[in-house]
Amino acid sequence: MFPTPIAKTRTVTRLAYRAALPVALVFWLLPLIAVALTSVRSMADITSGNYWGVPTSINFVENYTAIFESTPIGRYIFNSFRVTIPTVIGAVSLSCMAGFAFAVYRFRLNLLLFFMFIAGNFVPFQILMVPVRDLTLSLGAYNTVTGLALFHIAFQTGFCTLFMRNFIKALPFELIEAARSEGVSEFRIFWFIVLPLMKPAIAALSVLVFTFIWNDYFWALVLTQGAESQPITAGLYSLNGQWLAAWHLVSAGSIVAALPPVLMFFLMQRHFIAGLTLGAVK
Amino acid sequence: MRAFWKRHQQRLAPWLFLAPGLFMFLVYVIFPIFQSISISFYDWDGLGEKKYIGVDNYIELAGDEAFYTSLKNNVLWLVLYMLAIPAGLFVALFLNQTVRGIRIVKSLFFFPFVISQVVVGLVFSWFYDPSYGLLNVGLMSVGLEPIPVLADEKWVTYGIIAAGLWPQTAYCMILYLTGLNAVDPEQIEAARLDNAKGLKMLWYVILPQLKPATFIAIVVTVIGALRSFDLISIMTDGGPWGSSRVLAFYMYEQAFSEYGFRMGYGAAIAVVLFAIMMIYISGFLWKMYRDERTR
Repeated sequence: MFPTPIAKTRTVTRLAYRAALPVALVFWLLPLIAVALTSVRSMADITSGNYWGVPTSINFVENYTAIFESTPIGRYIFNSFRVTIPTVIGAVSLSCMAGFAFAVYRFRLNLLLFFMFIAGNFVPFQILMVPVRDLTLSLGAYNTVTGLALFHIAFQTGFCTLFMRNFIKALPFELIEAARSEGVSEFRIFWFIVLPLMKPAIAALSVLVFTFIWNDYFWALVLTQGAESQPITAGLYSLNGQWLAAWHLVSAGSIVAALPPVLMFFLMQRHFIAGLTLGAVK
Repeated sequence: MRAFWKRHQQRLAPWLFLAPGLFMFLVYVIFPIFQSISISFYDWDGLGEKKYIGVDNYIELAGDEAFYTSLKNNVLWLVLYMLAIPAGLFVALFLNQTVRGIRIVKSLFFFPFVISQVVVGLVFSWFYDPSYGLLNVGLMSVGLEPIPVLADEKWVTYGIIAAGLWPQTAYCMILYLTGLNAVDPEQIEAARLDNAKGLKMLWYVILPQLKPATFIAIVVTVIGALRSFDLISIMTDGGPWGSSRVLAFYMYEQAFSEYGFRMGYGAAIAVVLFAIMMIYISGFLWKMYRDERTR
């Protein structure tokens, strides 16, 4: 293990490390800690500039109720779910199939099409913006969660296919060959042999795509407007304009917006990291 | 029919599996790239008639000062964003221990990457606030003048990049932590017997084994830098006086915002950004291609 395991070092180093760890952690998360603290402050604290001292009162319930009662934040959150969940299902299913096709079959164009998926995944959003907005308008899906989800499904399919293809490629190919020689059809091979083995990949991609889409801001801006269809990221931005210097409300809103992906991350940590670090080890 | 399927299923199956994904991807990603390139030769407000004007958009771009400001900022982003890689490695080395509670510490360090850039942007604009932001409270407490980071043309881009480095460092850290986990312990033991330690060990033994992690870290950081839009939109909206724009933001601003709908001009900016990105994409594909062939 590198660096040298702390247990093998001198007592001084060990104690120093023990002490440094929480200090570093607090320092690293200072901005977030500050937000969490501010979200429970009272308006009086904010106006008197008491941002960093001890809160004069804990307004946890008041502030969080206030943002839900006086703003459409609940609606924004609901919209985010309505975009995110179909995207996860759509992108993961499409990429399971596409990844299977790329990994299992030899056909002309295989590598070419696969590289197209990879390359498309890296393009700057701005080169897609005008045509995608037009397409969404002409489908009558502008300013709907459907329009947003359709684009996300298509775009995320690129990354997910790369992931799925490499995952299936690493499975033992003999399984498929054995099934074929038994006369099992290709669809049954996909459904009954490969798909059950893909569970970890599906889990990893689901949490990853959930977080990516939940946090998307650019496309929400381009394809939606107004509280009926806007997800929380874009919503938070417009609320920020309304709230002006009401930092306790901005903070509470930020916390609410950040909560679902954070929970997702903590519940599915192992899968999340497996997805994110794909390719980081040989 | 059945017999036909039986005979050809090996050849047909891949296309059936591929069809839905390929269709969506072509319609929403591949075709739009070409459409954008074509729109960049038109004068178009997004609603009325398109008017073909050849390379006029690009000529205008060549004399547009705001374009050069954005380009310069893009270079700044690209260069400074790279700091996330050594920073991430440093944090990963610091955390690669097995003391009690380390797992939770690692996940907490990763936190900034999980939350939305909108939240990161809000948090940092507040951190930089000239009258009560923590940065300036700190500066004043050591007797320095407060700096209105986001309102100062000199500082604004650096301020936003610093905010971006926070989640990006977390991302690189997690890549390196995974990489460090897979480093061959025997090689480390052997190197220790040869009396290699500290930086020397890191440079000659560890880093070469971390190459795949470094490669991914570079890829995601370059893309992150060129995609920078969210933070700029949230923290400054391109200001003050357009000094914090990058190409991605300038394109959006030109294509639709209070400056009017100039789709053609916006598309031209997007094409330039795309061309820059293409250099990296080709490099990445070339590496993938080599890996595929050696497999």
